[in-house]
Amino acid sequence: MNDINDTIIPEPVPEYPDWRKDAKTLTNAGLSEEEQDWFCDARPQPAKKSWQVMENFLNWARSNSLWILAFGTGCGAIELRPLITARYDISRLGMQPRPTPRQASVFMIGGYVSIKTLKRIVRSYEQMQGPKFVVAVCSCAINGGMYWDSYNTVKRIDEYIPVDVYVTGCMPRPEAVLAGFSKLKELIKGGKAEGQNLYAEKFDWYKENQKRVIKDWNMPDYNW
Amino acid sequence: MKKLYDILSLQFELADFESKRSDLAFCKVKASQAISLLTHLRDIHGYTHLVMLTCVDWLEDKQFQLTYLLHNYATKTDLGILVFIDRDHPVMDSLHHLWKQGRVYQRELHEMFGIDFPGSPGVEEPMILEGWQGPPPMRRDFDTKAYSDETYSHRPRVQNEPEQHMKEQLYSED
Amino acid sequence: MENLYPPIVDGKSVYDLNSQKYLKMWHGPQHPGVTGNMSLELDICGDQVIKCNTHVGYLHRGFEKLMERRRYINCFPIVCRICVPEPDTNEYLFAAAMEDLMGIEIPERAKWLRTLNLELSRLASFLMWIGGQSGAFGMGTVAQWTMAHRDFVLDLFEEWTGARIYHMYTIPGGVRGDLPEGWDKRAEKTIAAVHKLLDEINYVMLNNAIFKQRAVGLGVITPEMVDAYGVVGPNARCCGLQRDIRKDQPYLIYDQLDFIIETETAGDAYSRTVVRWKEMYQSIALIRQILAKMPRSGALHATLPNVLHLKIPKGQTYLRAESTRGEYGYFMVSDGSAFPRKVTVRGPSYTHAMALLEDLAVGVNIADLPGLMVSLHTYPPEIER
Repeated sequence: MNDINDTIIPEPVPEYPDWRKDAKTLTNAGLSEEEQDWFCDARPQPAKKSWQVMENFLNWARSNSLWILAFGTGCGAIELRPLITARYDISRLGMQPRPTPRQASVFMIGGYVSIKTLKRIVRSYEQMQGPKFVVAVCSCAINGGMYWDSYNTVKRIDEYIPVDVYVTGCMPRPEAVLAGFSKLKELIKGGKAEGQNLYAEKFDWYKENQKRVIKDWNMPDYNW
Repeated sequence: MKKLYDILSLQFELADFESKRSDLAFCKVKASQAISLLTHLRDIHGYTHLVMLTCVDWLEDKQFQLTYLLHNYATKTDLGILVFIDRDHPVMDSLHHLWKQGRVYQRELHEMFGIDFPGSPGVEEPMILEGWQGPPPMRRDFDTKAYSDETYSHRPRVQNEPEQHMKEQLYSED
Repeated sequence: MENLYPPIVDGKSVYDLNSQKYLKMWHGPQHPGVTGNMSLELDICGDQVIKCNTHVGYLHRGFEKLMERRRYINCFPIVCRICVPEPDTNEYLFAAAMEDLMGIEIPERAKWLRTLNLELSRLASFLMWIGGQSGAFGMGTVAQWTMAHRDFVLDLFEEWTGARIYHMYTIPGGVRGDLPEGWDKRAEKTIAAVHKLLDEINYVMLNNAIFKQRAVGLGVITPEMVDAYGVVGPNARCCGLQRDIRKDQPYLIYDQLDFIIETETAGDAYSRTVVRWKEMYQSIALIRQILAKMPRSGALHATLPNVLHLKIPKGQTYLRAESTRGEYGYFMVSDGSAFPRKVTVRGPSYTHAMALLEDLAVGVNIADLPGLMVSLHTYPPEIER
């Protein structure tokens, strides 16, 4: 066995593309040395815009095929089920729930976010493929709501991930959530739903906020 | 219920019998005898259902009140066993061998009040609070509002002067 | 293939995760097959679960701490948020525990209206559950039907109480308002539709060959396990035990109503489904009885002192009610001040999802695991509160 190993010629290290040379690499300090090899250390980059005509067409296409990540993070998730079933039937707007973040483009934060869930939310959000949008449903996600003095829920979700549309209420009616999604479609068509790029631009600020409340940070800094 | 209390007090050091309703009573027992009393009630007197195990923090008396609530399906009565333990060194015997769900209750109490249950499986593992570094949060002297203000930032409240605000809303072009 | 499965020593399987025969897999929280926001840490061999650990705490808000900081009347908006599909049980129990400590007798009519509220919310919760149960076994059609019919029940709630999900209809001393005019007729129409739907579910779901093949024999609860694990409600009734708090310790006006305790004997996921399906018929019959027998005049709530400065005498009490998942209980301790000293909520999912599921999941295929979880009818927010 040793003989074979000794004769293998090490492969040359591939050169990184240009944009990665400029990007500061992440340290992934929360992981052990072995785990640091498993994850990428590049930062998110803002998406590059193409010609306006092309961009308009892409935005139109994006707005008509919004797939929701089926992650019920709080009590708002209970209104997701009437939405996707017969009565409110969200699929006529070109929306449907998807079980995995890789296929989803809309993250619906349903209500209060406890610290343990925030960790999973950050990770799921970073795993979603761009372009991705966040809709924060329920007042708890906006300003803490009922749990404004609770020790375990965050008060403003927009400090930790970028939010494109808020839907107020406790519970918001399905019609209100539908109106929120319609608003999101308008924003996307107008090219104003820039949450993903905001996250890339203010990445350090978001990370700092996340690490301030998640005391045991044992995941990669940017996981995609 | 009083009859049962009289029978039990021959064997155990009980005190403070309080009959709340015809089917609910509470009594106090010494911490060292609690588990044997629970076993006795379960095996002899038919109190087979552990409804819950909870803790009340009496900060003024420096005591934790553990409440074991048992239910008897045959007579349809509830008996609450109150055990007072020292607040500074909270240690209590474990009942995971009597009821399977006992270890879950004990895990929660260990996390929320800092009560130790030696021998209970997995009692040291965090159950609800992941990465929690503060004191046990359900204790009376933990101030949740102060912690919340310190850790999380609240959304500032925007207050508009109604007249001025409506003018801007309606006649902003002028 | 047999040598792949781990040897069993003292009732526990012994294996080495690094031997590459076994795999550690996380099931949830971001997974469509889990009920709510919880996760299972599975050790699997092939597609069979050999060890299961439940992880909860994703929905912890510290209700019991928050209630210590709020006056009794201020607790009402937050207690109903403990359990989303069935908030009325929480409201009723909190109000009833207050009344028990204060020694208040509520008017007769308020009792009937509270019972109607509880039964209707039981029906809505069951409808939501049966959609989840069929969806977990891959039958999306039944979920479409039941969620739509649940919405019609929620419409009734909205007309009656003003809210779809969180009704906050029960207040200390009674209820908040009367039924609207003509509500009975609309309720009867909706309930008749649900009744018809249940008949159809019998054909489509309960007699479906695939559903039967997968659900029969899945997650068997034996009568010996019931007390050892603290199993309550339909999960206990599915193995032949006649236990229902509405009959055993009747609260409100359940002793004046005519209904039976539905039981099955097999104790598996299929019989749990059948028990709940039969109980929905009972709920419908109960709602019809209440609407027929209910007194139409009288006081809606007892006179109370100013609730903002309400002080409750020192004492402690425990109140229980039968929710869709079983025994729901409130343990309230008052120290004589305007704030509750301690309120502990005993949710039935607590024992079902933690101790029971961990043992029942062993030996189950991964594909059947969602079906097993839903058939226990666990709901995470009431575990961690």
